[in-house]
Amino acid sequence: MLYLELLFQGIVQGSIYALIALGLTLVYGLLRILHVAHAALFTLGGYVGVIVTNATGSFTLAMVVAMITVGLIGVLTYKLAYEPLLDKPPFIALIASIALFIAAEEVFRIVFGPYGLSYAQPPLQGGFEIINGFFLKYAEALVICISVVMLLLLGWFSAYTRLGVSWRATVTDPDMARAFGVNIQNVRYLNFFVGSALAAVAGVLVALLNNLVEPTMGSVASYKALAIIVLGGLGSIRGTLIASMALGVIESFGTIYIGHLLDRDALAFGFLIIVLMVRPQGLLGSK
Amino acid sequence: MAYEITLLTTMSISVLFALSLNFITGFCGQISLGHAAFMGVGAYTAAIMMKASVSLLVAIPVAAVFAGALGLLVGFASLRVRHDFLAITTMGVVFLFVGVVRQQEFLGGEVGISGIQRSELGRTGFLLLCISLAALFAGFSLLVKRSWLGFVFDSIADNEDVSRVIGIDVAKYKLFAFVVGTAAAGVAGALYAQHFRYVGPDSFGFVESISVLAMVVVGGIGSVWGVMFAAAVLSVLPLLIQFVDDYKILVYSALLFSMMRFAPDGLAGIVNRSMNRIKGRSS
Repeated sequence: MLYLELLFQGIVQGSIYALIALGLTLVYGLLRILHVAHAALFTLGGYVGVIVTNATGSFTLAMVVAMITVGLIGVLTYKLAYEPLLDKPPFIALIASIALFIAAEEVFRIVFGPYGLSYAQPPLQGGFEIINGFFLKYAEALVICISVVMLLLLGWFSAYTRLGVSWRATVTDPDMARAFGVNIQNVRYLNFFVGSALAAVAGVLVALLNNLVEPTMGSVASYKALAIIVLGGLGSIRGTLIASMALGVIESFGTIYIGHLLDRDALAFGFLIIVLMVRPQGLLGSK
Repeated sequence: MAYEITLLTTMSISVLFALSLNFITGFCGQISLGHAAFMGVGAYTAAIMMKASVSLLVAIPVAAVFAGALGLLVGFASLRVRHDFLAITTMGVVFLFVGVVRQQEFLGGEVGISGIQRSELGRTGFLLLCISLAALFAGFSLLVKRSWLGFVFDSIADNEDVSRVIGIDVAKYKLFAFVVGTAAAGVAGALYAQHFRYVGPDSFGFVESISVLAMVVVGGIGSVWGVMFAAAVLSVLPLLIQFVDDYKILVYSALLFSMMRFAPDGLAGIVNRSMNRIKGRSS
């Protein structure tokens, strides 16, 4: 029974990781930038979710508003911060991104206060029994469902729509895509919008699971998501999904069984280093 | 006077620490997001020795050896993974280090090691030691930069594959850069342990690794003078901008961001550009 519980915890955590890391992978695949500030958009999503839910009482509306506002701010981040740095060495953008992330955490602390916000009436707190004696909270079930739906939508979008195809073409070879008449600029905007909106979804869901958003909510996400996309083989969407789930499950089992030797983060990074030494290009990366 | 001594000691330890990263990242082009781990190894080694009443002057070389040994190990990793993969691997090293230290009884666990005795040098003597070690490493860096070794490093930083083709033993020089850089970080760690007379897992984490990388990049990556200046200023900047109080970190990060956005080649780049402009005008 313990195994099953740990497995489900791992899957819930893995789904959250997947939603956050996907945006990061999209950005990396397109621009080769390690977008640390992505984690700040995740936190922002949590704040917008809680504030809108408390103001209107509708969780669904909050989710939609969070996706749109955070998506737009993501595009703005690209426009103001990354676009001018594209022809510079990659670590310049990385440090700029880290600075942006720290600044954003400070802004959250100053604007929303250091102690965080909670839902006035947290929705979906009940649970249901899967098999005798093992309960899953509605909120946890929702996390898994939303992740699956979002990922299926993303898969459908990139495979069957005109925009999605031009998106994949740009990731594979920007120059060739441009030669075929793809508007690269629009693809980049779209990329940041979709990636940031997914991070916002994750933020709203994490705020629901913990019933709390605080300024530092994104700090774990900031480096853990980097580990995940590297583990998956930078820029590979399928690799990112597998790495997210693997890390979620390994962390949930590992903290119980070898938690006295290594803490959660060390566990994740230990796994990362072992994988990279065996496969330097990541799980599904190509050389 | 005591305040000035503390300030100067902090500055010179930071200068040494930043120069040690500059040796790896600036000279040899190998990015590291986990440099604080090596400082941590040095600091913990020295702290344990000094708790056992070993002299600081003995503890420093031992700290360098331990940090350099871990550096050699990570250096081998750098032969296997490159660029962004290496950045994240080194980031993993710092999280592993902190995670392991937290759980070890004999390293003080969460609480760390406190109550380290003062060395026999006295405050001023210790300050002079810090300054001379920083100056020594700065001199060594300048020397390397101007020697054939500097050219080899430049070539590896520029393009590893081409360097290999023209007959440079890339692996050997990368390992050398890692060992020297991390051993120097270990020395900085030993000085840190003596200066604050306390070491804990939170003093050598990811944030500290980023701060030191920020010093290198703000100074102008690879520029010895630029990095020294930036490290000296940035290490005490939080104290200097006390007046903005609650907005201290915000101001710091905003400065760092603007620097990357508007002058990504750092202070050294700004100075070079204005020098060229002055020269251009006079001729």
